[in-house]
Amino acid sequence: MVRDVTLGQFMPGQSVVHKLDARTKLILLIAIIVFIFAATNYMSLLLITLASLLVVLLTRISFKMYLKSMKVILMVVLFTGIINLFYGSGEVLWEWQFIKITEGGINNAVFVTIRIATLVIISSVLTFTTSPSDLTDGLERLMKPLTVFHVKVHEIAMMMTIALRFIPVLLEETDKIMNAQKARGADMESGGIIKRVKALIPVLIPLFVSSFRRANDLAMAMECRCYNGGRGRTRMKVLRFSLNDLWALIYVLIIFAGVILCNIYFPATIR
Amino acid sequence: MSGFISVRNVYFKYDENENGAEQGFALNGVDLEIKKGEFAAVVGHNGSGKSTLAKHFNSIYLPTTGDVIVDGMNTKDDDSLFDIRKKVGLVLQNPDNQIVAGIVEEDVAFGCENLGVPPKEIRKRVDEALKAVDMYEYRRHSPDKLSGGQKQRIAIAGILAMEPECIVLDEPTAMLDPRGREEVIDAVTKLNKERGMTVILITHYMEEAVLADRVIMIDSGKVFLDGTPREVFSKVELLKQHRLDVPQAAELNYKLRSCGLDLPECVLDENECAEALMKLLGSR
Repeated sequence: MVRDVTLGQFMPGQSVVHKLDARTKLILLIAIIVFIFAATNYMSLLLITLASLLVVLLTRISFKMYLKSMKVILMVVLFTGIINLFYGSGEVLWEWQFIKITEGGINNAVFVTIRIATLVIISSVLTFTTSPSDLTDGLERLMKPLTVFHVKVHEIAMMMTIALRFIPVLLEETDKIMNAQKARGADMESGGIIKRVKALIPVLIPLFVSSFRRANDLAMAMECRCYNGGRGRTRMKVLRFSLNDLWALIYVLIIFAGVILCNIYFPATIR
Repeated sequence: MSGFISVRNVYFKYDENENGAEQGFALNGVDLEIKKGEFAAVVGHNGSGKSTLAKHFNSIYLPTTGDVIVDGMNTKDDDSLFDIRKKVGLVLQNPDNQIVAGIVEEDVAFGCENLGVPPKEIRKRVDEALKAVDMYEYRRHSPDKLSGGQKQRIAIAGILAMEPECIVLDEPTAMLDPRGREEVIDAVTKLNKERGMTVILITHYMEEAVLADRVIMIDSGKVFLDGTPREVFSKVELLKQHRLDVPQAAELNYKLRSCGLDLPECVLDENECAEALMKLLGSR
């Protein structure tokens, strides 16, 4: 069950998007996220969603994978959508005591839902097409200037690499422990929310203990391979900007221009 | 002249605070010489101190008393720490816990990157190391999708890419299924036979120990037998006293021999055993 989670997993491939420099992808992702929040009407949101879907097509990863990653945060999306339903002004469509649903509220809900969905999909593009080590490598290089302020950039990047590497391992282990506890008669599927959360404790404790054991082993394995922090370290893959990165930049600039134009020429639906 | 690695009268005690209680010595005066190009198996049952010994070879643990000398360098000397670890690579038991990166080839490159090898050279070494353990076609895979034996071979490749002179494997097959075990042992024997690499294999499978040039038996932190597999596995009585098994073929041979049959002193595998029995039956 937990193994179905695809959010944040890397899917190796040879597409154009895969071959982009990690730094380009990081910066452009941040730019697109900003655009998503800068879009104030359906036209500009539609533009950016379509542009994102085009990128999804370019990754040549089946759309099912993206839907799966959506599934994980479906609750969050629905929750935000429903909360937004009750906010907003305009013509009242339905009213019950203090709860009012207005035209503006429905607009808000639909808008925010599309916004978050796009956000998740375009973020998945980054994690699906960039190997974790490229990703952390890119981050490390982008944050390099921060070393001036004594930020431990290499250490942060290394922690991220290890965290990403161990997510699937720990998920698998959670599955195993859950099954082991079920075999001992643990009941995790019935009862209210509090009872269920309590039932998780016998899963979390062994998981915690074994993570420490793993950390110990990993530290030893890293020592065996002469790990000595970031000093004097080289990398096998040298990140290099190519012509594709320029095209990607141009693509994002076009979206930017489109969003601005739509924002100006169409009335804002959301405030 | 001493060997490549020499262990001189080493005693080792774990920190007391680890379990609270006072513990005895895990190593009780070990003396060993490992020669260059040798394939040695260190065998003992659980808690005999064999893993503790393995971690002394590349300065993960330091002897409480005594010395471990690797190619003229003392493991207690802080300045030669990285030189020692470059010469002696250690592969651990759990394949999952020693893979650092999320892509096979990037994990293999990890050691080289730490050593500051130039990028082009790393690429070359990684490809060679992966070919040496027959994992080249998996270089772009994520380690999670691989079997235990494959993961362990990647861990070996990660050490190989650092171009060590000696590789120490601390029970590399303990967590693997029979097929994975075979894959790993094949890769290791190939390294020793084809590249002349010094191999120290820590194991509790006698069938693996038989493949080595030399078998070192250890119990209660002490070496009690050291010799060729033939010498060691002919001393069935002594091994039983130390709660150790012998390979099945050797055991059968020993039992038949003690019934008074005219058989050789020791056979190591099924083929030898069958041959000896055929000979015996033919002579009747």
